[in-house]
Amino acid sequence: MKRKHKRLTFVGLALLLIAAAVGLILSAFEESIVFFHSPTDIVEKQVSPDRRLRLGGLVEEGSVEKKGDAVVNFRVTDMANAVNVTYRGILPDLFREGQGVVAEGTYVAGVFKADEVLAKHDENYMPPEVADALKKSGKWDEMSEEMKKQGHVSGETPK
Amino acid sequence: MDVIKEFLDMGGYGGYIWPSYIVTAVVLIVMLVASQRLLKGNEATIKALEPAKKEETGEEKT
Amino acid sequence: MLHRFANPTRFLRIATLVQPWMAWSTILLAGAGLYLGLLSSPADYQQGESVRIMYVHVPAAWMAMFCYTGMAVSAGVGLIWKHPLADIAAKATAPVGACFTFLALFTGALWGKPMWGTWWVWDARLTSMLVLLFLYLGYIALANAFDDPSRGTRASSILVLVGFVNVPIIKFSVDWWNTLHQPASVIKMDGPSIDASMLWPLLLMAVAFNTYYLWVLLIRIRAEIVANKIRILRLKQVHG
Repeated sequence: MKRKHKRLTFVGLALLLIAAAVGLILSAFEESIVFFHSPTDIVEKQVSPDRRLRLGGLVEEGSVEKKGDAVVNFRVTDMANAVNVTYRGILPDLFREGQGVVAEGTYVAGVFKADEVLAKHDENYMPPEVADALKKSGKWDEMSEEMKKQGHVSGETPK
Repeated sequence: MDVIKEFLDMGGYGGYIWPSYIVTAVVLIVMLVASQRLLKGNEATIKALEPAKKEETGEEKT
Repeated sequence: MLHRFANPTRFLRIATLVQPWMAWSTILLAGAGLYLGLLSSPADYQQGESVRIMYVHVPAAWMAMFCYTGMAVSAGVGLIWKHPLADIAAKATAPVGACFTFLALFTGALWGKPMWGTWWVWDARLTSMLVLLFLYLGYIALANAFDDPSRGTRASSILVLVGFVNVPIIKFSVDWWNTLHQPASVIKMDGPSIDASMLWPLLLMAVAFNTYYLWVLLIRIRAEIVANKIRILRLKQVHG
């Protein structure tokens, strides 16, 4: 009986220590675990033009401009700041205004030059009719406000 | 025919949806069959071992 | 209570009784889930038909974490209370859990390509899921690496328990860091953000995956118990 208790406390303590150690490591490396930076991050921090980074946020409504030769310009916003993005290539199916997006590239002289654009989708799943009904009843804006507050689509980690 | 075609096409995503379902089914069925075979194999081995043990003890008696 | 089920002979009797129930539940639930998921459920307002990958992807990912949690609990019980059946359950779960993890990654890639525009990214959710696959594979390799099975069990049980820190990391990675992967839709504080017409096939498939796991687990535990008997018999024959 006593040896069992000893083993139990030993295993319990060891697990606690490991969890604490891993927690410390993860918080120390937070900067590199984060997959993308918000427009605010990029505007406020001085980033050198040769550093590759990822920019994440919502595609600003009405900002998408398709130029010829597969070049597309748009703005990525986190509701506080917005960054101009220019990209040449194929966009994913989910890329649309008002939706989440992650662009990889460099930030040079106020323009984010992306060489890869990924779409980010949110956690809401529903048939189109339900989405239409929500939009009509005005509940849609309420819901997306809620999402923005939670920071899920804005690319900001809730602090 | 068109209904089937449309169903298989899945709005253009058939090439992603069907492999997901087929690979899932194949992996899970292979896992199940392999486990069943492992059990049957082990049961056969122990059946083969147990009479052998009895024979040995029988030989000792004579 | 635990001791009753920990008796392998009694367990074998119960397992043979329960197994057909698990088999039929799996077949019926998966049948219903596939019908709802592939035929009667609607397409998503954003993702279109591709949302149907969810009905295999999400259950596989849940089971990957469920199996690992079950393995960690079994390994802990085996290590502390020396229940032989707990060690056997952990060992029997590992290959099934590894399959689920592989499927979650594989179907995730097939879903990511059309929706996100990439098969794979090194974000926190995807990377921690890949770590889970390596933990399963490492466990399987370690458990079979020793000639003395009891030493293999000890070493691999410790690995499972240490690796358990990864499970909460997978679950909360989408909340703690920003990731390409979206946050949870079903298991979250303010209720599911998924329409009932899509939640039903998802839940049916999830329960089907669960009964499938129990079905295969019972078979594998029975196989392990017989394998242990064979080992003992062989030892007796060599020494006796």
